[in-house]
Amino acid sequence: MSDVIGALVDREYAFGFHSDLDTDFAPKGLNEDVVRLISAKKDEPDWLLEWRLGAFRHFLTLEEPTWPNLHHPPIDYQDMHYWAAPKPRPQLASLDEVDPEIRATFDKLGISIAEQERLSGVAVDAILDSVSVATTFKAALAEVGVIFCSFSEAVREHSELVRTYLGSVVGYRDNFFAALNSAVFSDGSFCFIPAGVQCPMELSTYFRINAAQTGQFERTLIIAEEGASVSYLEGCTAPMRDENQLHAAVVELIALDDASIKYSTVQNWYPGDADGKGGIYNFVTKRGRCAGARSKISWTQVETGSAITWKYPSVILQGDDSVGEFYSVAVTTNHQQADTGTKMIHIGRNTRSTILSKGISAGHAQNTYRGLVKILRSATGARNHTRCDSLLIGTDCGAHTFPYVEVKNDTAQVEHEASTSRISDDQLFYCRQRGLTEEDASTMIVNGFCREVFDELPMEYAVEAQALMRVSLEGAVG
Amino acid sequence: MLHIANLHASVAGRTILDGLDLDIPTGEVHAIMGPNGSGKTTLSNVLTGRDGYDVTGTVSFDGIDLLPLSPEDRAAAGVFLAFQHPVEIPGVGNMYFLRTAVNAVRRTRGLPELAPVEFLGVAKEHMARLEMDPAFLSRSVNAGFSGGEKKRNEILQMSMLEPRLAILDETDSGLDIDALRIVAQGIERLRSPERSMLIITHHPRLLDDVHPDRVHVLSGGRIVRSGGHELAHELEADGYGSTQVTVPA
Repeated sequence: MSDVIGALVDREYAFGFHSDLDTDFAPKGLNEDVVRLISAKKDEPDWLLEWRLGAFRHFLTLEEPTWPNLHHPPIDYQDMHYWAAPKPRPQLASLDEVDPEIRATFDKLGISIAEQERLSGVAVDAILDSVSVATTFKAALAEVGVIFCSFSEAVREHSELVRTYLGSVVGYRDNFFAALNSAVFSDGSFCFIPAGVQCPMELSTYFRINAAQTGQFERTLIIAEEGASVSYLEGCTAPMRDENQLHAAVVELIALDDASIKYSTVQNWYPGDADGKGGIYNFVTKRGRCAGARSKISWTQVETGSAITWKYPSVILQGDDSVGEFYSVAVTTNHQQADTGTKMIHIGRNTRSTILSKGISAGHAQNTYRGLVKILRSATGARNHTRCDSLLIGTDCGAHTFPYVEVKNDTAQVEHEASTSRISDDQLFYCRQRGLTEEDASTMIVNGFCREVFDELPMEYAVEAQALMRVSLEGAVG
Repeated sequence: MLHIANLHASVAGRTILDGLDLDIPTGEVHAIMGPNGSGKTTLSNVLTGRDGYDVTGTVSFDGIDLLPLSPEDRAAAGVFLAFQHPVEIPGVGNMYFLRTAVNAVRRTRGLPELAPVEFLGVAKEHMARLEMDPAFLSRSVNAGFSGGEKKRNEILQMSMLEPRLAILDETDSGLDIDALRIVAQGIERLRSPERSMLIITHHPRLLDDVHPDRVHVLSGGRIVRSGGHELAHELEADGYGSTQVTVPA
């Protein structure tokens, strides 16, 4: 079967086109003037400019982290654009006013904005090069009091909410990439579910990097008030380009008493070619705060793209009896590297967390799970269950597990399980003897390995994830 | 019919099958017995196309040369192997697996695929005959099954896939009396004028329930004796000693 593993290079990236949009760039480089320029372009209030400048000044004191199990040439933060927006960018009264090129881009991605609005019942915020180009279903959501809009619009229309919650979960002092994002973020999604409201549809943001030599820095802020609930989906793609592009996003979730937020990601940024050239560097800070009692935050991620993934969607379990979940499938092939996992910080009493991580490595890829379970002194009766499974395909890849556990309360129960396995010749032969092709057999086995995580995804995404798994591993197994 | 002539198979230069000849006419059930290491499992692997063997000789099935075909193409031609050690596939539902297999085979036979509901109906009938709990369908393929459950699952797959040549590799080993009876009945039900079967076994007990048309003794990589059903009991009484041959260097 080794020759089939070698054919891993056959993998094609289906979303590698780029669109010819007239784009408005800030000059390359990072300095205070660029931060001011971004803020001015967006006509932001003074408090936000001050916040950005605070973040930028703090950023200058930081060094890029070296602890991840990732290897890449140094990133030149002066050699990229920090602002790129498709122009012109008028206030859009309806979808008909969206630039036809932009609409064509999203159509090619299978995210026909207009179709989505008519047929799918999923509200979509489409973000191109960090600028929100269209948000659907706004009116229907407004009827029940749900706010779902671009971050810029939220700053204009719901300034107090943004001011209250921005940086309240991931402060700009949190880490190098969060500081960078806080200084230069250009747009993102904002979502507010008022008390007692079950959001009537799935909310979805679709991120697309288009412009060359441009970093993408968006922020997502989701607030679920007392007793509210929402399910949120995020999808990502980017063109094939020879240079590496930086994506440093921040996602903050806040759940008040009895609120629940389910956040699902299917990340398929361009992973680079078979030789490891090009691809997105994905340095993302995602964190949720279960601020209220009995609140729940659940992260589900399927990570198949990016040259480098550095990402630890985490939950701060502050409210008593709150629940944090992390379900992850991370697939790395060719020369991809992923260092991903989660942090569960137990503060409240009887808080519970579940971590289920499935890592799949093929080709020359390196896949690392890194997780922290921290039980504070106050977290009486806290419980965590962690399971990390790794699947290796071929002999040139690696799987690594770094679980950190810190327990300061002796009533806590913390369990950790880990396994590493391979697709065995026995399994493949068994399936083929029953009439399945080698490709179908390996896809079936890999999907079986991921099943518990896929079960956590909303239905449409689960189907997409399984299909993606097939494309990602095309030629990789057999 | 299955026609095997002068079949040789070796692994890393070590000869395992050494000029094996065997014919199984359509509709007949043949049994192969033999001591450990005589090449029984190698024979079933070579017939079903498992990688890792250097093979020469002739294996034809209904006039089709099987040796160049992939395992899945042989399965499509109607060759089925009930595994001695059925493999576990965690996370893949038994029902999904079985339906995928059944539909893969149906496609190659030009039959329409079975929709999930139709499939479920057929599967439940077969399971009832094998005294299997329908809950089996929702479990992962063989994962956490007992030895007897795994073997019954093999017979279930065989019944659903309706092969034209069924090879059973020590399906009876490790079974208790009840499981043995159920498996034997399952095999007996599949006996048909259109189907050939090759039962590989250590024990004559299974052959008391499933009366084979012919019994062959495999030793040193070839068939050294053939006879009727009574040969199985002769072997039970006398052992393989009188039939063993040494492998030429």
